[in-house]
Amino acid sequence: MSRLGKRISVLLLAFGLAGCAATPRNPQDPLEGFNRAMLTFNDKVDQVALKPAAEVYQSMLPSFVQSGVGNFFGNIADIPTLANQILQGKINESLSDFMRIAVNTTLGLGGLLDIASEANLPKHSEDFGQTLGRWGMAPGPYIVLPIFGPSTIRDTAALPVDLKADPWSHVYSTRTRNIGSVVRAIDQRSVALDASNLVEEAALDRYEFVRDAYLQRRESRVYDGEAPPKKRWRWPRAAEEGGGIHGGAVPVPEPSSEPVVETAQNASSASPAQHAHAPAAPPDDAPKISMSSDGALK
Amino acid sequence: MKLFKQLFALIVALGAAAFSAPAMAQEAPDALVKRISQEVIDAAKTDKEIQAGNTKRVLELVESKVLPHVNFQRMTSLAAGRFWRDATPEQQKQLTTEFRSLLVYTYSGAISQIKDQKLEFKPMRGDLAVDTEVEVRSQVLQPRGEPIQLNYRLEKTPSGWKIYDVNVLGAWLVETYKGNFAAEISKGGVDGLIKALSDKNKRLAASAAKTVKKASTSAL
Repeated sequence: MSRLGKRISVLLLAFGLAGCAATPRNPQDPLEGFNRAMLTFNDKVDQVALKPAAEVYQSMLPSFVQSGVGNFFGNIADIPTLANQILQGKINESLSDFMRIAVNTTLGLGGLLDIASEANLPKHSEDFGQTLGRWGMAPGPYIVLPIFGPSTIRDTAALPVDLKADPWSHVYSTRTRNIGSVVRAIDQRSVALDASNLVEEAALDRYEFVRDAYLQRRESRVYDGEAPPKKRWRWPRAAEEGGGIHGGAVPVPEPSSEPVVETAQNASSASPAQHAHAPAAPPDDAPKISMSSDGALK
Repeated sequence: MKLFKQLFALIVALGAAAFSAPAMAQEAPDALVKRISQEVIDAAKTDKEIQAGNTKRVLELVESKVLPHVNFQRMTSLAAGRFWRDATPEQQKQLTTEFRSLLVYTYSGAISQIKDQKLEFKPMRGDLAVDTEVEVRSQVLQPRGEPIQLNYRLEKTPSGWKIYDVNVLGAWLVETYKGNFAAEISKGGVDGLIKALSDKNKRLAASAAKTVKKASTSAL
């Protein structure tokens, strides 16, 4: 390993160990100490390197150049998205994404223009973690990865597949590949600049806010905004101990959340998060579903 | 593409049906959400002060157009979870006020970033004659990136349908704040939470005041 690599590993280890020294408060987030440390580390890297670069990128480059960059890499990302749509058995979306790639690559000048979105072929984003989720795997504990950011155990396991499936990683010239990856990262960061400022304002405790929002959003993406199915493969743990990020901590049914459960049966558009705050849910629909992030390590 | 055309026709029909029912004492929830969303977006795009970043104007807009249709007490009680029952009525009232301020500041921050996004509503599921709680689903279409999912949960009250939860990009507001609230309450009780919220609101108010100054000088 190179000297720089060694130094970075030591730094990560130090952060990780420092984080692990704290006892986890939340039984649903068993890696909380490590995760908090990682989030701090990622924030430092972001603050020092990525965010300033993204701000310069956003202010200096004309917007059509930024759009071009975004569209180009977006088109490349549509390829693994298409593969995952097929793996998930979503025929309509597969056809739509295939058309997207075809239209954007040819009429869109190699992906620089996103004509497909204007032709009512909406942009999707699927990865192997979502595919695993769709196949029935529960997300598992929350984990914050260095550089990559918030994730879950399931999605971390799927990460190598995603990295291998990224078409840009197969570009022959190392220099082009690296420059492209950096530009892609800066472009993605610049798109999220406003949103990250908003999270700063909205959150009381940034770590918890990011975690809870991320986990909900992740499950929503797995099911594309619909309700999850009843049966799911779960990480081995005592399934009765709470469901959802806060479900386990609420022993007494809350009177105001009862009607929410009824609605979950009536309006079939219930989001996965709804199950998490209704401990008095009927047996087959139990808090067992969705975001139990506890326990595989217990 | 055909599917989208059908969807669009359905939305238009739904909207037309909602408006052509004068006998209905209350506005239908999806028509309500559509109306206030459109009003807010139109105001945000046309008002020069808002475009310049004047947060106070955005706050006024939100107060007049949106707040009357939101049930903050229910939102706060859901976010506080089991601690709500343990709080005194005075604490409940303070907590609701502070949480409301935080949400208004955050929402206004989002509004001031509206540039050329469009709203698209999905057909509403459920039976309006029977349901007392519904979910209205919409998407914000933006020139770059995926559409942003934006859903609302509304409940039927004697004074009309009221919003009590919002979902942005798949995350429900109440669910996301539950963790924050529980952590603060375990540290310093309900009073600790109220104090944390009011400190945050003071900071947000201070930065809002700064944007007023900046916007009025830049609009000159």
